[in-house]
Formats: sequence, structure tokens, C-alpha cells
Amino acid sequence: MNLMEARILAELRTIVGDRGLISSPEELHTYECDGLTNFRVMPRAVLLPNSTEQVQAVVRICHRERIPFVARGSGTGLSGGALPVENGIVISLARMNRILEVDLPNARVVVEPGVINLDVTGRVAPQEYFYAPDPSSQSICSIGGNVAENSGGAHCLKYGFTTTHVLGLEVVLPDGSLVHLGGKTLDTPGYDLAGVFVGSEGTLGVATKIILRIVKRPECIRTLLAAFPSTNEAGAAVSDIIAAGMLPAAIEMMDNLAIQAAEAAVHANYPSCGGLLLVELDGPVAEVEALMSHVKEICRSNGASEIRLAQSDAERALVWKGRKAAFAAMGRISPNYIVQDGVIPRTALPQVMSEIERLSQETGLRVANVFHAGDGNLHPLVLYDRRISGQEEAAELLSNNILELCIAAGGSITGEHGVGEDKKKMMSKMFAEPDLVTMQRVRCAFDPLQLSNPTKIFPTPRLCGEKRGEYLPHPIESAGIAERY
Amino acid sequence: MDAATKSEASGLHSALRYKFIALVGNEYVQAATAADAVSGAQPKLVIEPGTERELAEILRLSNEAGLAVIPRGGGTKLGWGNSLARADVILSTARMTEIIEHAWADLTVTVEAGCTVQRLQETLGQHGQRLALDPLWPEKATVGGVLSTNDSGALRLRFGALRDLIIGVTIALPDGTLASSGGKVVKNVAGYDLPKLVTGALGTLGVITRAVFRLHPLPLNSHSFSISTVNAEETQKFVLAVQDSKLAHTFLQSHFSDEKPPASDILFEGTEAGLAAQEAQLRNLAAPASVSEASNSSWTAREELWAFSDPAGTAITKISILPANMAPTVELVERTARTHQVRWRALIYATGLGWLRLEGKPGALCAALQALRGELQGQDGSLVALHRPSKMPAFDAWGTASDTLPLMKAVKQQLDPKNTLNPGRFVGGI
Repeated sequence: MNLMEARILAELRTIVGDRGLISSPEELHTYECDGLTNFRVMPRAVLLPNSTEQVQAVVRICHRERIPFVARGSGTGLSGGALPVENGIVISLARMNRILEVDLPNARVVVEPGVINLDVTGRVAPQEYFYAPDPSSQSICSIGGNVAENSGGAHCLKYGFTTTHVLGLEVVLPDGSLVHLGGKTLDTPGYDLAGVFVGSEGTLGVATKIILRIVKRPECIRTLLAAFPSTNEAGAAVSDIIAAGMLPAAIEMMDNLAIQAAEAAVHANYPSCGGLLLVELDGPVAEVEALMSHVKEICRSNGASEIRLAQSDAERALVWKGRKAAFAAMGRISPNYIVQDGVIPRTALPQVMSEIERLSQETGLRVANVFHAGDGNLHPLVLYDRRISGQEEAAELLSNNILELCIAAGGSITGEHGVGEDKKKMMSKMFAEPDLVTMQRVRCAFDPLQLSNPTKIFPTPRLCGEKRGEYLPHPIESAGIAERY
Repeated sequence: MDAATKSEASGLHSALRYKFIALVGNEYVQAATAADAVSGAQPKLVIEPGTERELAEILRLSNEAGLAVIPRGGGTKLGWGNSLARADVILSTARMTEIIEHAWADLTVTVEAGCTVQRLQETLGQHGQRLALDPLWPEKATVGGVLSTNDSGALRLRFGALRDLIIGVTIALPDGTLASSGGKVVKNVAGYDLPKLVTGALGTLGVITRAVFRLHPLPLNSHSFSISTVNAEETQKFVLAVQDSKLAHTFLQSHFSDEKPPASDILFEGTEAGLAAQEAQLRNLAAPASVSEASNSSWTAREELWAFSDPAGTAITKISILPANMAPTVELVERTARTHQVRWRALIYATGLGWLRLEGKPGALCAALQALRGELQGQDGSLVALHRPSKMPAFDAWGTASDTLPLMKAVKQQLDPKNTLNPGRFVGGI
């Protein structure tokens, strides 16, 4: 649709109205990238439907005209998942931002995709409930975007991910038909397609309603800060906490550079040290206090020089503010930076950290480290200066090398930011070809024409109906023991 | 493909059998006996591959030959689902029992599909860990079987279902592909979440050959209580009050029947100090006189429900309701049972999932189940019949398929286009 005909634009306009269609180049600029700004593609038009019916009508036209589309929430994603597709349209769900139903006895909330993550908690907080997934961008990111990316956050160690808290979805499939995956009750008979949809990065359709599970606020929350000489001692303390059979609500770690940046940005009053640990326990008061004294012992025995317990909600909020602002805070200490997202088995932390340090020294580029340490999710921040020739490329290479370290350690190329446009090429390093082909066969069931965010996740998109992968010889066949029948 | 093989599919031509034998060895290709029948269908061969590659090859050959393949673990839940349209080969994971890697410091385990849950738990227990799941018959049930049937018990309230515990999977597809997805780390969003797709798919998309799970520590201490109530309404009030409280209970289940007044079991896990405080809060919440120490039987409540003496006069169903609909649902069951003259017993978790046993004449059971299903489906719920008398009038195990059925069929078509795996046993004729 190189030349998106005027008749198609006019037809789209009749669906969403004048205010729901953006097609002037100056306004389209806002939509040419998401939170990952180094990829930019100008969409042909942006549609802002305000109902499921409008989404269906728009998608039906896309299907009829073979126009690729990309659904977009708040555009805070960090992997280019909402990056427009060449000659395609963007469907922004920003106007579908109603909380449709709050059902406290059943702990369910039904929302439209444009609802902001933190607003769900805001709505149920008076009754002491909360919506558990808490990505750092939770004050601006949308539930629809969270569903696409299976967003995590600091508290998923105990509470799980977006997928844990999505019970059901209303989805507009890429042919415009409407389906209901999962539901308000558990174990709806049939395949767990809600489980497949969450985290599919917009490649299987557009969610238009989401049934969420909310959680009762624990009796108390205690947050401890412990300062260690380096991330090695902090990491050893994390291992001991886990080995002691505890499941904290969150365990976060920051290295010295990350602490400096956070201090500069929000004055979180962090102790200056080589490795800072933030441990949060929640639950019944007596339980939490018993466990917290054990955590303190563990920190001390691993060499913590300073241990602080947040004394008030305000102190606790400040501690978290520093952590959640850590990415943006890099702007205080470096002109440019790349946010990486990788996962390793927690036990590989010391080895991977020393490798990152080695890479950093080799390239002369600084790397700040922020981790969800409890579940091995690393966020190395590679600092560079774009004005210095060659640094950007060196930073990208270093950032990719860190992911290769994660894969080699038995981990993953992304724990919560998604593959999107950014990490497509890394997928073939983490998965074998039959794995990727099988995933794409599932995709073909949802989207045989490959219209829904078609260029993301997979390094080599396959046409649906394409011949399946090659025959793999059985080992005994290769060994000459048996022949192919 | 060998055309002669296809034409001989029903009789399992000796040439094909020879191929199977060449792959896995003579002793692991056996003629099926009456004991291998699956819901009335009599398969012809039982094959026990030793490796996942062998398993994938057996599956590929069977698929090419047009044979219907029934994956089998411990065989404890083979009767679940609708009757099979066809059955030729039982593909058993009996030899694939290895616990490949218990990365205890990372709280994960990689295990082959044929390992029993009990053996897995014993191994994990050596490091003070567990798969936080209480499935039926763990001494026989295998990892692949509990995954395929999405079995879960009381612990689900706290730890989630298998979908929340599985972090990686390898499946064999009918075309011989061995595909992995997920991984070995708990937090991972690379690629589609196929572990969830195959969990609860009743082996109709692929055969699970190995799985990776996240683990939880065994509790330091635990303490459980039984709370008796006079009727379902009071039980409901108690359960909702607990759910709306700051208690951090591990499970909460309620028993109902036409014989005894209702009772609920609640389990706490944690430190001594934490348990004592929670006990005090519990006693505040419930009427003090009604709280007593629970017996160990709360762990086996579901198996007791399944321990019926007359399979020809018993139906067992899994029901799913909104948690706040517990009392009206129990009253509905009471009314329906009275109308159709059947006996009943139920176990309902605070999650809204429950198990219902009905006993009576097959015709009456069918009428009662139909009435119940109609009501529950009308309230966003479901009723799945997992055991029915063989002489009962036709009653679909799963119920009315939703608007998602065409999509489910499309997924099936992509992964198992020849309908080789468990044909007819799943939802909507899949």
C-alpha cells in the first residue's frame, strides 16, 4: 500500500472519525518509534479507535487490503515492539482507557487496553488491593502494552508476571473476527490461548479487553538496603537468602555506577558502595519480622558495611524511586546509553559480572548494572557518547556481547522488554531452527496473512503454508546403525 | 511414504513394526493387551522409546502411516476426555524418567516426561525444595501426564497452576520435529510461550518429552486447621473473609456433601512466629468454637473423592466457578441432585475450582450433569466430566466450545494436521 489510496483513508476515517485518524507527517512523527528510539519508521496513518467494534472494522479493512498494522499502547516499550511497519498503519489503543468492571469479591478487574498500569492499582487501593505487575514505567505504560510484552517488574520474583495476572482476553484476530481467550473463571476448557497471546508482542492480534486478577495488599511491607563492597558479596547474600528458603517480594541490586546515577537524579539517599542490595519482604507482620532479622544476619555475614530498614512509607517510596529511575538517571552521567535486558541463572552472576567487567575494560566503555537479582534478570546499561566516532557501534557490539554471555550461561536474551525489532537476530542464537519454525506455525494459526506486527520477533519470517523444516537424521541413522525407512 | 504401510495401517503391517523395533529394540515394541484400552478403544501396539529423538521418530513414522497415537505416562488419567475416534499406538514415556538437572541453587529442575511426580519430589526434597503442586496419584502420575491434563490441587491458590510453574518444554510433533521453547530461567519473554500451550492440551498438539520447572522451598513449618460451618452460605462468608484478609494461607478448600455439614481446611506455612500470629488471626475471623486442628486427610481429599466403588454409577467432574459463587453453586448442586435422585460430594477451592462427585443411575447422572453444566456455563463457569459411567447417555466431556474453537482447530491443524495425536479426545472434537 505504497500509495494508500484516498478511498482507504476515507473509509478508515468513517470508522474512527476525524479525531481518530492521524495522517499528517508532522503529527505522525510522534509514532515513528517507541521507547527504543534508534529504530524509526514512519507509519502511513495512525488510527485511534475508541471501541472494540472500531478496532474490528479497522482490522477488517487491513485484512481486505493486506495492510500490515501495529498495535500501540503508550509507546514505552524498549525493544521496538511498537515500531511501525513500512507502509503500514498504527492502531493506537490510547482512547480505549476505561476500567470496565471492578469485582472485589472475586478479585477481578476488567479493563480496556489503554488503561495505565498504575491506574488499576489506583482504583482498587482504597479496598487494599493492588495489581501486582509493576514495570518501572508503570505510571505511563498501558495494560495492553503489558499484555503484548508480558511485562514484569521488580516484584515478579514473588508475584509473577503479566501472564500470571491475566485471566482472560477479548482479542480482535488479524482477520477482524472477535474471540474470547480464557475468561473470568480458571481453566476454561480448551487450549490455553490466553497464555500464548500474552507476551506475543502484538503478532497474534489486538487485545481489546483484559480480565485481570488483583491481589490483596499484604499486612506489612519491609524494605531493607544493604551496602556491600562489590556486587560479588551482594550476589552471595542473594544466594544465601534464597537457600534459606525465603521468597522475598523483590531483591534488587545496583552497582556503584548505577548508584551514582540514581543519586544524581533523584537523591534517593543510597549509601555509596560497590554493590547495593534492596530486599523487600511482605506478608503478615510476625512472619516478615522473623524473616527480616534472618536477612540482616545473612547480609552481615556476607560483609555488608551498612544495613538500613526503610522506616516509613515515604522512605520506602524514595528507595524505590531511586531504583525505578535508574535507567533514566544514566542521562546524568553519560550523554547516551543502551538499556540491555538479559537473564542468567542466578548462580552465574559472579562469572557473568566479571565477564561484563572484562568487556567493559576492553572497549573502554562504562557499564552500569541494575539487576532484578532474585530472578537473575540483568539490566546492564552501556554508556557511550554518540559524538565520538565509533562509540555507538562499539556500545551496540558490547551490548550484544553481553546477551551472548547470557545465552552461554543458560539464560535468555530478554526477561521483560521483549524481542521486538531489537533482538530478532539474537533469537537464532537462543533457539534452534525447529523451535522458531514451531512458534511460527502457531503464529500461522492466528495470522495466516502475517498482517499483525509482521516483522517482529522472528529473524526469518516464514510464509504460512511454506514447506516445513528439513528432515533431521536420527543419531543411529547418522551412525550408520539404521537406515532411513 | 511407503504406500503399502499406509494401506496396512489398521493391521500394523510387519514392515512398519520392524521399523519400530529397529528404532527402539524388540523388547520395547509390544502388542497391546486389553489392559491398554483407552476409553473403549483398543490400540494395537505399545512402544516405549528410550530417548526423545526415538520418541519423535516413532511419532513421525506413525504419522506417516496414518496411525493414531496415544501418548501415555503413568496411565492414571487416560479416561479423561471424550472417547477416542481411533487408537493404534500407545506411545509410552515409561523409559524416559531421568531428572536431567536439578539446579537447586537456581530453584529450577529439568526432567524427562516419564518421571513420576513422587520421584521428582523426593529428589527435590533432598535440597529442601519442591514442585509446588499436589496432583492426583503422584506415585504413578508422570510429569508429562500432569502437564497434559493440567492437573492441580489445593496448592494452586498460593503457587498457581502448572502454567505458572513450567518455564520450558520440549515437544515432539507428528512430523518428527523436536521443538523447545521457554528456557531454564524463570524470567524469560523470548519467543512464544509454548509451555503454556501444551499444558492442558491433553497431548493433542505434540508429545511432551521434557519440561523445566521453577521450584519453591519446602516450608519451614506448617499448620493446618479445619473450620466447620452450618451451611454453604456460612462457608462462603468464611472463605471470602479469609480471602479478603491479610492472612497468607497456602491453601483453602471446602468440603460439601449430602451427608455432613460443610467444613473448610486451611493451611499456613512459615516461621513459628508467623504461624502463631496467623492462627490467632484465623480464630478471630472464624467463630472460635468452630476451629480445630486439621487431620492429614486434607491433603488426600481429592483422591478420596476419586476412590469410588461403583464406576458404572459414578460421575466425577471438575467445575470452575467464580469464587463468590460458591454458595449458590452448592445450593444448585443440592437442588439438582434432589431432582434427579443422585448422591453428591464436592470439594471446592477458594480459587473457584472444584471437584464434584455424583452417584446414581447413568440416566439420572446425565440429566443432572446437563442441568448443572447449563447453569454454570451461564455464569461464566464450566463443568468438565472426567469420569462417566460407560453406559451413560452421550455427554460431551468438555461442554460447549466457545468462540475460540475455530482458532483452536487452526492451532491443531498447524501442529498435527493429520489428526494423529489423541484424535477426538479433546474439546470440540479435536
